[in-house]
Amino acid sequence: MTALKPFLSILLMAILTQNFVLSKFLGICPFLGVSKKTKTATGMSLAVIFVMVLSTAVTYPINTLLVKHELEYLQTIVFILVIAALVQLVEIVLKKYMPPLYNSLGIYLPLITTNCAVLGVVLLNIDNGYGFAQSMVNSLGAGIGFLVAMVMFSGVRERMESSDIPESLKGLPITLVAAALVSMSFLGFAGLVENLFA
Amino acid sequence: MAEKKSLGKELTKGFLDENPVLRLVLGTCPTLAVSTSVESAVGMGLAASIVLICSNIAISALRKVIPSKVRIPAYIVVIASFVTIVQMLVKAFAPSLDEQLGVYLPLIVVNCIILGRAEAFAGKNSVLASAVDGLGMGIGFTIALFLMGFIREFFGTGTITISLINGGQPLWNSVFGENPILIFILAPGGFFVFGMLIMLANKIAEKKGKEKAQLHSCKACPMFATCTAAEKEDCDR
Repeated sequence: MTALKPFLSILLMAILTQNFVLSKFLGICPFLGVSKKTKTATGMSLAVIFVMVLSTAVTYPINTLLVKHELEYLQTIVFILVIAALVQLVEIVLKKYMPPLYNSLGIYLPLITTNCAVLGVVLLNIDNGYGFAQSMVNSLGAGIGFLVAMVMFSGVRERMESSDIPESLKGLPITLVAAALVSMSFLGFAGLVENLFA
Repeated sequence: MAEKKSLGKELTKGFLDENPVLRLVLGTCPTLAVSTSVESAVGMGLAASIVLICSNIAISALRKVIPSKVRIPAYIVVIASFVTIVQMLVKAFAPSLDEQLGVYLPLIVVNCIILGRAEAFAGKNSVLASAVDGLGMGIGFTIALFLMGFIREFFGTGTITISLINGGQPLWNSVFGENPILIFILAPGGFFVFGMLIMLANKIAEKKGKEKAQLHSCKACPMFATCTAAEKEDCDR
């Protein structure tokens, strides 16, 4: 149990207290754009989890190589290219070998390349000095946190569809105010992880 | 003369009518994340503007060389190179800004405004027009970030502090001096202020007879161009 403690704390922190969308503001575009219906929100989030974990697994050894040759300044260029190529590759492989999975996730894949949450998690793992296992757990947690935020928020938006909203707030403004409230509820988790594993 | 007039239009369209943040709703992540203070907000605005202008010039100059099939990866490489240059400059000359912006500085790479302008404008227009377009959009981005930063810092901390002016002392104490509304610099405040600013921008646009700002789930995304026809149909559902 004690060996798992640091991993659990990273996982819970990424999901609840340091939620990628609601407290770090990464991946806002899909959060606002693809959250109209719970079904699409779930599909998008699953694709994000998949790409996040995969790109962390691929970029970690590449980063070790870059550090070894003192080429850290190339991180940004290398990572964005690797992620873009990876997403294309995943799309091709899924299309050929796993059509059902492709049909549910495929349409979201091109959108994920420029999703700042994916590049963000890769860069944050390095900034935090995480090892391979910790990086993987953090990426998984970030992805799950994205899923939680998306599904919750899409539920809120589905209810908003039928409610009476002041004319000038209709559309994007009320969506952002709702996001503020959802994000405020996540403030309630502050200190949870620190106290749980103190 | 006609040329001059249209250049002026390219410049000013980004300020309000086509403000990248408040009207086109692009680059929302940095807008929300670094607008906790005026200093970091304007710093991010300027850094992104420099990348935007440089990449617009480079991409426009290369527009006849880059094959259209691989244009998106090519754009990404150009943008990432300029981001790396800006990153190094900021690290060397403004280390405190580097600390404030943190991971959001390299994330300028995936700022939709930059790739979006490359795809929508620089890839099709002359170098001069693209540079002017980049400048206008950059100023528009910086204005929006400044507004966000000012409102959030003013209410959230009760003061405005810029380390370069007045030796890092607060510039003045607002009415909230002792009891600032902390929530404004926390995450929910960011969403709320952004919502209110978009509402205001909508009101102004409505008076001019333009439609409201809308987040198109896909059409605003620069990667939209790489989607297949079936995907394009699917994504607007």
